[in-house]
Order: sequence, then structure tokens, then C-alpha cells
Amino acid sequence: MMKYKLGSSISGVYGLVKKGKIPLPLFSCGVSAGFPSPADDYIGQQLDLNDLLIKNPAATFFVRVAGDSMTGVGINDNDILVVDRSLEPVHGKIIIAAINGELTVKRLVKTDTSCRLMAENPNYPPIEITEDLTCVAWGVVTSVIHQFC
Amino acid sequence: MAMKKVFALVDCNNFYASCERLFRPELNDKPIVVLSNNDGCVIARSNESKALGLKMGDPHFKIKDMLAKHKVHVFSSNYTLYGDLSHRVMTILQQMEPEVEVYSIDEAFISLPYTPGRSYSNYARYLKEKVRQCVGIPVAIGIGPTKTLAKVANRLAKKNAQYAGVFDITDHGQLDDLLANYDVEDVWGIGRQSAQKLKMRGILTARDLRDADDVWIRKRLTVTGLRTAMELRGIPCIPLELVQPGKKSIISSKSFGRPVSTLADMKEAVATYLSTAAEKLRGQGSAAGAVQVFISTNTFNPNQPQHVQSMMASLPSPSSFTPHLLKAALHCLESIFKPGYQYKKAGVMLVEIVPAHCQQINLFDLVSTENPELMQAVDRINQKWGSQTVQLAAAGLAKTWKMVRSHKSPAYTTNWSELPVVNAIS
Repeated sequence: MMKYKLGSSISGVYGLVKKGKIPLPLFSCGVSAGFPSPADDYIGQQLDLNDLLIKNPAATFFVRVAGDSMTGVGINDNDILVVDRSLEPVHGKIIIAAINGELTVKRLVKTDTSCRLMAENPNYPPIEITEDLTCVAWGVVTSVIHQFC
Repeated sequence: MAMKKVFALVDCNNFYASCERLFRPELNDKPIVVLSNNDGCVIARSNESKALGLKMGDPHFKIKDMLAKHKVHVFSSNYTLYGDLSHRVMTILQQMEPEVEVYSIDEAFISLPYTPGRSYSNYARYLKEKVRQCVGIPVAIGIGPTKTLAKVANRLAKKNAQYAGVFDITDHGQLDDLLANYDVEDVWGIGRQSAQKLKMRGILTARDLRDADDVWIRKRLTVTGLRTAMELRGIPCIPLELVQPGKKSIISSKSFGRPVSTLADMKEAVATYLSTAAEKLRGQGSAAGAVQVFISTNTFNPNQPQHVQSMMASLPSPSSFTPHLLKAALHCLESIFKPGYQYKKAGVMLVEIVPAHCQQINLFDLVSTENPELMQAVDRINQKWGSQTVQLAAAGLAKTWKMVRSHKSPAYTTNWSELPVVNAIS
């Protein structure tokens, strides 16, 4: 008669009792490589040029520059200007003005006694605003777009 | 108790003409006219043109010499520009006020809370100046206790220079006199036919209508006419509509620049109009259950043989997929087209419009051959690069039948290559 010796004994046999679900945490970010990114807590918004350059879309227009009278401030021929009509044309601002009916870009220089429209290029003289010159502000230039390629 | 309200009607002055002046300040005091599609007739005039005696609807060919003689500046309609500037005006108003109803391309009603003793004129002048500064469009503002009276006030603001474009009827002591001098035909909601009925009954002015018998008004002018009379009495009956209901039918139609007599050219035109209508349909989240096509010769020319006909085709199930709509449209066209006629106009109308998600599954259409992603991609490309950048081959590329617009101003605000140019040479 063979006797079998068991290395370990089975202490008991139990049935399986299904009790409930154990919720497991779900990662809210994609776990592509299997580890949470250290950047997760610092996710920022994607950058949009509209947010940077256009504060009031309904009052903002784009115009194209023809000429070089404002090269001194980095406004070159064929550049695009972002013009906001809702801003006040005050002393020191670069503005678009209708001078005798023609849209022109100039810097506005106002003192107590005079009002002048200045170019930013020594080759061009300032324009003094007098009685016989019709000059109407059209908008304030907030930025210039120069495309290299 | 409901909050009492006051209504302001903001109306742009000579809107299309004012749009043309924004980037052409040298035209600010010059006579301007804007012509309808195909440079047909006058649809807008500046005040200087009005002073020359030019009327709305004057056919261009008839007034050509007079326009040249008085150096009137002529523009073909530039709806792309007008639509953009209109949107800007409405946005500025909506930035200032929460309850704005966009009534038409150049009019908006604003609902303001009623405060006794408040000067609405001052606020209206502030709004007017804000619109002028931000968008460069001059407006007139009329204020009243009802929409109908706001319209009366607006008209008075425009007609009388002493009001400087702003008039508050609630502030005016002699409301009776104002209404007594206001022609009943000019009242909002009273058309020519109704006005004739009223005038025959001795109702000639707004005041007469206001004081007329309710039962008679209800009978002759229906409940709509009664609402108008009550509004003239200062009782608001027409609420502000803040959400525009989707269109019940969408039409795309234009006259041809030159007469069309071949089926091939007609197909191109119908395909083009159908695409435009379908784009609008998708833009409002709808689908159409039927397509109608109409074609017409020039009915103003009695010397030519005439053919005017239309036909409607139902779709197996409502669709917003251009190729399916086109199939139905071309089927209609082929059925009604007759060779030997000089067609002057064609059009497409999408009807039986339902929300896109309400499309019922058709027994015979179990596998959808529609491709909404394709349409979305096409719509996005066309929005970005200009309409008809991507189009149906059926719509043709040459389009020799297309509308004539020889005096159109540039798309100043919607096309990078057509931006206004500023001088930096002086």
C-alpha cells in the first residue's frame, strides 16, 4: 500500500461569496506610457494671436501700409496694422487719420497750443493741423504685423 | 408685477451707402448710390443723392447720364462688407445692453428698464456715439413705450435735423400732435393695401388709427392691426425676440448677367445656387425634406417668348447632404427646362425644413449614404478661403452666366488681399 506524503496541507476549502464592487481610481489624464506626467498640474491654454492682438473684435480692423514714412517705429511698406477704433486717439499714439479724405498713418502729437501729425522718418515733415485741413481720427494702431516669409 | 419697459429702435442711416464711406472718407459728403444685384436699380442713396432727386428703385440704365452729370459715385452691392459691418454694429449694441433684438441688417430693438424721470435721450446719444466711434456707421435712435412708437420716434429722429438723430417720444409733451401729423401709411405694420382701406374710412393719421374702434380694426386689419393700434396707445403687445427662429424655407436665386439658353449652363447655375442654400441649411442645423427649382425668362421684355415654371421634388428623407439635394434639384430642372428660351433668372428653394437630428429613418434607406463629415470639411474650407473655394464639379468653374457687379468695392474686412490701404508716403 502506497502512502502519499503531502508537502503542505490544505487547511480548508471555502466557497466564493460575491459581496460588492471595489471602485478603482481612473486616471483623468491619458496614461500612454503608464505614468502620470509631471506637467499635468500645470496645463495651460494654447496660445492664440487673437487674444494677444485683438481686445475688441467688433471695433478692430486690419489695414495695409503703402510707403515708408513710419519706418522709424518699425512700420514698413506692405505691413499690416491692427487698428482699434474704440481706443481714444490721445497724444503720443500712432493713429490712422483721414487727412483731406485720405487714410494716413501718423503719430499724434498734441500740446496745449498745437496739434500735429508726425512721421517717423526724417525724410517726411510734420503736418500741422490747421483750420483749412480736414483731419478726422479713424482709429488707434495697436500693433504691426511684418511677415518675413 | 412685470417690470415696465421702454423700447429703443436703433436704425443705421442709409446703411449700404454708409458702409461704402467707412474706408472712403473722401466720400463723406458726396452723392453715392448703391445698385442692386446685376447693377439693376438703386437700393441705397446718401442724403446728397436724395437731394438730387434720385429715388429707390430707379433703374440704373435710366439714370446713367444724370449720375455722370452730377458726379454721383456708383457702387455695386457688396453684401459681404455690409454683413460684416452690420454684425459689428449689433455686437457693439449687445456689449452695452443685454436685451437686443436684431431686426434686420441695419435695425435693432433694445429693451430698457423703465425708470421714471430717466433721460433716455442722453443714453441714446451715448450709444449712438459709441457705434459711430467703434464701427464708423451713423445711426438714429427712437425711443418709445412700445416697439411701434419707437419706430415712429426713430423716423422723426431721422426727418428732423433739430433732434440730431435721437428722439424720445416718452419725453415729448405733445404726443397727440406728433401722431396727428404722422401718416398712417408710415406706421410699422401698416402696408399700402391696409393704408388704403383705412384712408377710405377716414383714418389718415397715426392718431386716427390709435383712436379708432377696436372691433372695426380687428375685423378689417385682423388681430395684427389691433396690436398695432394698441401699441400706438402705449400698450406693448409685440415682445422682443431674442432668439431668431430658424428659417422655414431657404431661397438662393439670382438673375443672370447674360441670358442663358443651354441646359448645361442652367445646370451650372442651379448647382451653384443649391450649394449656397445647402450651406445656409447646414449653418442653421437643419435638414430639408423637399427641393423646389424655378426658372424664368425676362418678364419685363414682352417682345421675347416667355417661360416661367417651377417644380418641387420631395426627398426620401430630410437631408442636408449637398449631393442628395442636388440630385433632386437637377431632376426638377431637367423636367421643366425648355430649349429655345432666353432664361433671365433661376432659383432654388429648400422647404419642409426640420432640425437635422429629427431625420427619420427611411425603410429603403437603411444604410445612410450621407457624409456629414465631408460637408463639415467643405463648409470650413469655404468659410476660411472664400465661398465656392471647394464646390461641386456640376457648379462649373467658368460660370459665364454669373451676376454683373462692375462697381463693387473690395472685401475690405473679409479678405487679406483686399485690405484698405493707408498712406505712409506723405
